[in-house]
Amino acid sequence: MLLGPSLTVSLILFSIGVAGVLIRRNAIIVFMCIELMLNAVNLSFIALAQQLGREGQVIVFFVMAVAAAEATVGLAIMIAIYRHKNSLNVTELNLLRG
Amino acid sequence: MPASVGWVWLVIVLPFLGFLVNGTLSFVRPDAKRVVSAVGVGVLALSFVVALVVTGGVVAHPPHGHPYVLTLWSWMPAGSLQIDAALQVDQLSTVMMLVVTGISTLIHIFSIGYMREDPGYPRYFAYLNLFVFFMLILVLGASFPVMFVGWEGVGLCSYLLIGFWYENKPFADAGKKAFIMNRIGDFGFLVAMFMIFHATGSLSFVTVFEEAPQLFAVGGTTITLITLALFMGCTGKSAQIPLFTWLPDAMAGPTPVSALIHAATMVTAGVYLVARANVLFAMAPVSSLVVAATGAATALFAATIAVKQWDIKKVLAYSTISQLGYMFMGVGVGAYAAGIFHLTTHAFFKALLFLGSGSVIHALHHAFHATHRHDDAQDMRNMGGLRRYMPWTAALMWIATLAIAGVPGFSGFFSKDEILAMTFARGQEAGVFYVLWIVGAVAALLTAFYMTRMMLYTFHGPTRTGEEEERHLHEAPWVMTGPLLFLGIGSVVAGVLNLPAVLPGSGWLHHFLEPVTEGSTAYLPEFHLASATEWALLGLATLIAAAGILGAWNFLKPALLQPASLATPESGLQRILLRKWYVDEIYDALVIRPIMWLSERTFWKVVDVGVIDGVLVNGSAKTARAVGWIGSRLQSGRVATYVFFFVLGSILVLRALLR
Amino acid sequence: MTHVEIVFWITAVVAIASAFLCITRRSPVASALWLVSTMFALAVMFLLLDAHFIAAMQVLVYAGAIMVLFLFVIMLLNVGRASSSDMVGWVGRLVMAAIAVVLAAELWVLSRAGPSADVRLGAESVSQLAAEQGAVGMIGESLFRVFLVPFEITSVLLLAAIVGAVVLAKRRL
Repeated sequence: MLLGPSLTVSLILFSIGVAGVLIRRNAIIVFMCIELMLNAVNLSFIALAQQLGREGQVIVFFVMAVAAAEATVGLAIMIAIYRHKNSLNVTELNLLRG
Repeated sequence: MPASVGWVWLVIVLPFLGFLVNGTLSFVRPDAKRVVSAVGVGVLALSFVVALVVTGGVVAHPPHGHPYVLTLWSWMPAGSLQIDAALQVDQLSTVMMLVVTGISTLIHIFSIGYMREDPGYPRYFAYLNLFVFFMLILVLGASFPVMFVGWEGVGLCSYLLIGFWYENKPFADAGKKAFIMNRIGDFGFLVAMFMIFHATGSLSFVTVFEEAPQLFAVGGTTITLITLALFMGCTGKSAQIPLFTWLPDAMAGPTPVSALIHAATMVTAGVYLVARANVLFAMAPVSSLVVAATGAATALFAATIAVKQWDIKKVLAYSTISQLGYMFMGVGVGAYAAGIFHLTTHAFFKALLFLGSGSVIHALHHAFHATHRHDDAQDMRNMGGLRRYMPWTAALMWIATLAIAGVPGFSGFFSKDEILAMTFARGQEAGVFYVLWIVGAVAALLTAFYMTRMMLYTFHGPTRTGEEEERHLHEAPWVMTGPLLFLGIGSVVAGVLNLPAVLPGSGWLHHFLEPVTEGSTAYLPEFHLASATEWALLGLATLIAAAGILGAWNFLKPALLQPASLATPESGLQRILLRKWYVDEIYDALVIRPIMWLSERTFWKVVDVGVIDGVLVNGSAKTARAVGWIGSRLQSGRVATYVFFFVLGSILVLRALLR
Repeated sequence: MTHVEIVFWITAVVAIASAFLCITRRSPVASALWLVSTMFALAVMFLLLDAHFIAAMQVLVYAGAIMVLFLFVIMLLNVGRASSSDMVGWVGRLVMAAIAVVLAAELWVLSRAGPSADVRLGAESVSQLAAEQGAVGMIGESLFRVFLVPFEITSVLLLAAIVGAVVLAKRRL
């Protein structure tokens, strides 16, 4: 029975991802941390699927597809931003300031 | 239901079609006067023909007990409130329908001549057609709400037509005055409807009147309040004390409008309402007495004012109020058929008088216009001797005058006498009815007097119009005198509808209306007058009329009258009468000024400016701006900050979930 | 302790350590490579959890395609050098770490609660299904029967992402 340990590993990885998002300023690394969080969630899906049925694995399949799409568009946006500001530092991206 | 009665909806739809066509034309082709006249009069004439057909059906197969109700569609199905758009055809609505369509047709024809040169010609006919449409809804509606639609609709048209020449501020103000005073009455009507629905659970005439005897105690509080509230609506619409002051001002509208709306049809709606709800009123003796007393008081009060007016239309306006008072006296004492009878005859002779005065004003207006004088074309002091120039108008107006004065043989004699006789008959029951009878008789004397005065000053004696102007005075065109002729015939012969009991062939209208009024007979004493008494009353009525006419003829000297511009101001009682007992001024001081003061000092300066604008509107805007400023500080635009707060928020949400 | 569990714990340590290194390395290239390491470790864990097909997809799509894309972008934009402004200061790091720990604690409490009784779906276990239909067949049947419409929508999403990426990244269309 690996469900409990898997969930623990999953939540540790997820928290590391969150910490990464919070402490890093480079947009690409922030983005990688988001991928890390997605992977952590995938792990808990897979672990639960072992007990509860194959639907968990199907969900992971979809998460991967969406993550691929997200990575494509997200990295394209980064390229556009870099061209515009010559930087990927998230603290400098403050066009939305109220 | 006879097949012909099923066509009654057409009577209503035709004027509405006319309104649509003329209303459209007033925007796209304001100059197409021929088309407008043809449509405006044509739909009314057709409507009158259909009304005759429907009447034929009712006469051939009179409904007994249950009137014919034509349900068109379900209008307000809301729980226990079920109101159908339905028309009720019975003897009473038939009579009203004929009066409305018949008189309207004649007045529409008259208007072709009277309004010929007005730039708002199509608009005028559109309004007039719309008025007839609503008036027919009012008299044909099968329930209180449907009637109320017509009731409000005629009020709207009245407002539109009084203020027809809206560029002139006093005229527009007169329209507003009529509208607002009518709202006060409508409030009573609405309250009455709510109470009726609360008590009976229905608003259709058939149900309410059939169930009323089981639901209400005779003379009980509920029924008294309901009928008093209904009568409050009547005082507004029919210009009775205390809500009568709008009607004289309503003379600001074109004269045919005064004839149609403010004499023959709309203002009689209150009488119709009381007659329609005769069961309710008969069950509430107190309310009925209030109705009768108000009517008698109004009849006398308005007659005293009419004695001293110089404006020919004002005389007729106060005369109308006075005659409406008679009608209410009739329906108040329980003589519903007599009230409707006087309504019918009055429609003929008062429409004739107004249209005749319209001809006179038309002629004077043209004369003044031709010589570029700016005198008042409605002031009788500027008239005099007009019978030489307008023989037809003079003769026909004399017929109407004799009718309204109550000269035997003319229609007004029979209808007015019947009301007075019925009141006298009730005197055996309570002395107060004798008082009402005396008031009515005095008012009749005054009526004969002021009508003769009006005729003397207008058509007899020397001409005060001015030498230059006299050459421009001439009789109105046939399109205006023609309708007068028909109305003149009606004024003479309408009396045969309901002859007094002592004459052969008596009481036809009374018997015709019996199915409508039979519900109330159980609560009313039987009117019975000895034959001798009735003859005596007839004789007395004749004497009163003769005294009024001869008194005016002997005491008033048209030859001594000065034109309006040279006249000396009146003093004493004459001045009080001329100023209409200062009722307008009293209302102004007691009602309007306090309300204006309260509105300006409290509601405007304090409530509106301070509370609503200051605290609520600007205050909420300032609050929103302050909150928004705080919010905008949070929007640093830095993604990292957003993420930080997002994660913090997620932690808090998770914490709440884990509880 | 069975050898499955032994392998599991080894990979778990590798995954956590790689993830930690991923977020602490200054160089983006190093971070990306440590992330790849995490993903490989996760792929092994998927194998141990009877998700063979997903494990293969993890290697192919994530560790392969997506991470290669990341590296491409890092190289393309020439942001591979470590920069001092990339990380928040020491105080910030401590605060953020504390937040992450609190989050982990909360999630741990949540994971102790276990799934609620009404989410049990399939009667047969995944390993049994995989034995009957094969790892791919098991996923494929579910994907093309029950989740057909989401599957098709996903393909549209990917198409949209391709078009969007081209529109965003190309200087002039």
